[in-house]
Amino acid sequence: MKRVYAREEVCAGCKLCEVHCAVAHSAYPQDIVKAFLRQKVKPIARVLVEENRPISFALQCRHCDEAPCTKACITGAMQKDPLTGVVTNEETRCVGCWTCILSCPFGAIKRDETGRKVAAKCDLCSSAGTLPVCVQHCPNDALVFAEEPGWRR
Amino acid sequence: MPISLSTPNFLIDRNRERCINCQVCVRQCAFEAHSWDAEDERVVTDDLKCVACHRCVTFCPTHALSIRRFPLEFRENANWTANAIKAIYKQAETGGILLTGMGNDQPYPIYWDHLLLNASQVTNPSIDPLREPMELKTFLGRKPDTLRFRGGKLAEKLPPQLELEVPVMFSAMSFGSISLNAIKSLARAAADMGTFYNTGEGGLHRELYQYGEHTIVQVASGRFGVHPEYLAQGAAIEIKIGQGAKPGIGGHLPGEKVGAEVSRTRMIPEGTDAISPAPHHDIYSIEDLRQLIYSLKEATRYEKPVSVKIAAVHNVAAIASGIARAGADIIAIDGFRGGTGAAPLRTRDNVGIPIELALAAVDSRLREEGIRSQVSLVIGGSIRNSADVVKAIALGADAVYIGTAALISLGCHLCQKCNTGKCNWGIATQDPNLVKRLNPDIGAERAANLLRAWEHEIKELLGGMGINALESLRGNRLMLRGVGLSDRDLNILGVKAAGE
Amino acid sequence: MAYVLIGNSAAAIGAIEGVRSVDLDGEIILFSDEPYHTYSRPLISYYLDGKVQEEKMYYRPADFYKRNRVEAHLGSRVAALAPEKKTITLADGQTVPYDKLLLATGGKPIVPPLPGRELDGVFTFLKWDDVKALEQTLAPGMRTVVIGAGLIGLKATEALVKRGVAVTVVELANRVLSAILDEAAARLVQESMLEHGVKFYLENTVAEVLGRDGKVAGVRLRDGAEIPCERLVIAIGVFPNTDLAQGTAIKVNRGIVVDERMATTVPDIFAAGDVTEGFDTIYQQQRVLPILPNAYKQGFTAGINMAGEVRAYKGGFAMNSIGFFDLPLITAGIVRPEGEGYLSLTQADPGARKYKKVVLKDNKVVGFIALNQIDRAGILTGLMEQEVDASPFLEHLLREDFGYAYLPAAYRQEQMLKGVSGGVRA
Repeated sequence: MKRVYAREEVCAGCKLCEVHCAVAHSAYPQDIVKAFLRQKVKPIARVLVEENRPISFALQCRHCDEAPCTKACITGAMQKDPLTGVVTNEETRCVGCWTCILSCPFGAIKRDETGRKVAAKCDLCSSAGTLPVCVQHCPNDALVFAEEPGWRR
Repeated sequence: MPISLSTPNFLIDRNRERCINCQVCVRQCAFEAHSWDAEDERVVTDDLKCVACHRCVTFCPTHALSIRRFPLEFRENANWTANAIKAIYKQAETGGILLTGMGNDQPYPIYWDHLLLNASQVTNPSIDPLREPMELKTFLGRKPDTLRFRGGKLAEKLPPQLELEVPVMFSAMSFGSISLNAIKSLARAAADMGTFYNTGEGGLHRELYQYGEHTIVQVASGRFGVHPEYLAQGAAIEIKIGQGAKPGIGGHLPGEKVGAEVSRTRMIPEGTDAISPAPHHDIYSIEDLRQLIYSLKEATRYEKPVSVKIAAVHNVAAIASGIARAGADIIAIDGFRGGTGAAPLRTRDNVGIPIELALAAVDSRLREEGIRSQVSLVIGGSIRNSADVVKAIALGADAVYIGTAALISLGCHLCQKCNTGKCNWGIATQDPNLVKRLNPDIGAERAANLLRAWEHEIKELLGGMGINALESLRGNRLMLRGVGLSDRDLNILGVKAAGE
Repeated sequence: MAYVLIGNSAAAIGAIEGVRSVDLDGEIILFSDEPYHTYSRPLISYYLDGKVQEEKMYYRPADFYKRNRVEAHLGSRVAALAPEKKTITLADGQTVPYDKLLLATGGKPIVPPLPGRELDGVFTFLKWDDVKALEQTLAPGMRTVVIGAGLIGLKATEALVKRGVAVTVVELANRVLSAILDEAAARLVQESMLEHGVKFYLENTVAEVLGRDGKVAGVRLRDGAEIPCERLVIAIGVFPNTDLAQGTAIKVNRGIVVDERMATTVPDIFAAGDVTEGFDTIYQQQRVLPILPNAYKQGFTAGINMAGEVRAYKGGFAMNSIGFFDLPLITAGIVRPEGEGYLSLTQADPGARKYKKVVLKDNKVVGFIALNQIDRAGILTGLMEQEVDASPFLEHLLREDFGYAYLPAAYRQEQMLKGVSGGVRA
């Protein structure tokens, strides 16, 4: 399956990926200004740019083949779609116990406490049906959406 | 501490209704003109630090930023401009030389903009480059005066030539003044487009050896990075005598920019300033130059053309004649608008002459002396577009070098702060945090696109003149007319006035 | 092929999913002594305090058994095993043959022989029915004593407090959550609970349950102190429910002993979940690990092996994610090292109730406590799981922004490019 891979050697550390991810998952996915200024609480990005200068790169859910979060989830809300391979959290069943946060070796799951406490993570923009917005908007082609390891040059 | 008289040059205009305080601008400005106010939870700016590089404007996801001239009015004074006054404030504070980057930005006449091209009308019909073959191929190198044949083939081998698919090359920009990613971009673009790039005086980094066939290796006065393998890698060797931006003085790369890679490539200790002396200390006469030219030819078995690069100065025609007779295969002339990574402001803005005049003078002189075919002429010093290229060739150039234009294609915004090493676009810097901002994949694509676009435009202009081979344009001054030029200028350029 | 599963919680569900990942045809028959569609045991405290309604209690969707072609006998208790005949016997006398059998019977609450424990008003806190029964008898202002300040005891306490009940907790150890916290972290958790009105008696225990008219009226502690109350919740812990294995050749220590394929010592009989004693990779020995992620992974492994594919689960270790009154807490492995060779790195901000501790042995992370600052704690879990040599980045472990940017480039790139979580397999 295609996943998002980061090329740390060309990541400029701008965090535009975080901005666009947050917008795409907000109440105003088409309007950056409204998404940030109208919503009382800032929308949450599901990708995190890690930085230890000069190293920086974007890190999000790897949609693991054997996703430990799905095995740890106490309500069964976290599931891997058998067809698409995307790991998603069914928020209505999530109780915010954070056992997935305990299990994810990439630290890719965030606490969304803007409303009910639920776990938030990358869904490869599958709900929007678009190419992942982080990849679309990376200004330096530091994010690639590809089959592994095909993208490596 | 006495107060500084420095005032901002630019004003950062932030539209608060569109600003989402995402802090992308804060993260991207190496000059720290933007910062985060944690107490008020918003981004604030320090206009004094803004250099108008436009990094923040480009990256702002909501287009909330604009850069304006800082609205500080002096009493009108045609003589004492704001810049003239501010320069004195600065020197009164520092007691030092004013440094700057890139090329002369003063309003001297631009002769390219006073030259106009011909077009076919009734006779000698236009050629459509989309339908008919057009030859832009150029060979740079010494051409023999006569050709002898035996059995239908050339009796002797021709002197070594550089073969260009398009008459535009990337000029000398050293590793140290610009980043490795920038050079990689240019090297790849040159390879893709069948032309050449120039190492400048920074030596050749190992990772660029793969592009050796498209590399012109430079031997400058500091002899940085010059070793046998270096010479062997290049397709041609260029002896740098001078540079258009700073004729008469040498180069200076500050120690902060000499990191591990620069140190290894230039063969100097890390952290030391890389100082190139003004003259080569083994060249004090034209005979000495001849000796170096032939030493290099010997060292490379006469397989590579040797070029000599000079700045366009007052007696450039005589100097060029001497260089041709000294055995150079190519003469590269760099006009006073040529760019640099760092130079004293006054030298950059007041020394040297326009390339258009230099080119015309050199081409005419070499023809008069009957030795024009012994060298190819390559010129640089603010070739800004394909029309400048065509005019240059018509004035007598075999090819042109582009420096500033190439960097602009990589993202340069001409803020002229190259000497600080804080280039936000990852071009004129060695800071790894900044260098990675220039993705060589993207850079190579952009630089190649520039050449591709110009190549097409050159063909259109040539076609319009009814010419289908670049050779027919070279030195063909009849294709040019001058407008708004004095008789003297027209004379030196060897061009008639429009209307004649 | 008939797969018979005894149990209906995480381990059994894992087994179903494991079997079906290999064998789509074999019969799966499941027996559970509880009458419910598979539900999540950890959710019973959420149910008690009203955070989760009945519809959201279930561990898998309503059509789960149907979609996986499982014949589920809910509310049907298994009474005995006959491994020589490869059959099981139900409480109503029926025998059911099996080709492969899974024991996923979970745990039983530890109930000490307290005088007065048969009085009306004494509850355990393990099953949904326990909580349903407790719930029906609650009223605001009621006083309850909870025995045990472990995970179950404190979760029960939190739910009761949210229902308006006054709670007193009695605990044998010198601190709350003694199995998973050190003294410093425990103190911070206890402070938070004290702020919500919970009372504690540490280093103490209930000696007798006092009654009046057949109902609970209070408890008497070991030191003689008496606490009046109307309800008593015994939440000391659980121990493996190995009843069915007694009298058979199945090796049982504290729990049913299983190898890395989840096989017991009797051929064709597997076990998974709270009932087992599997391999603990941190303690490097067989241990009972009654936590849900372990139960699921063991179940999944058992299922795959029962279906004929050979798959090993190298083992798990203790890990917990829990929260009390919005104070989140994540722990794993060894948190209070005893003996030589351990290095503990600690960072505390008691005013903000933040506490972070990482325990290492031979330069490898073997345990951690993350109180309040739990974000990305899984990275530490991953380092434990992968047994990564932490010496290149020891100084960075406690950073708030600790992450892959501080790990060696080769390891980081290998992990991020793999597309799978490194080596974490069921």
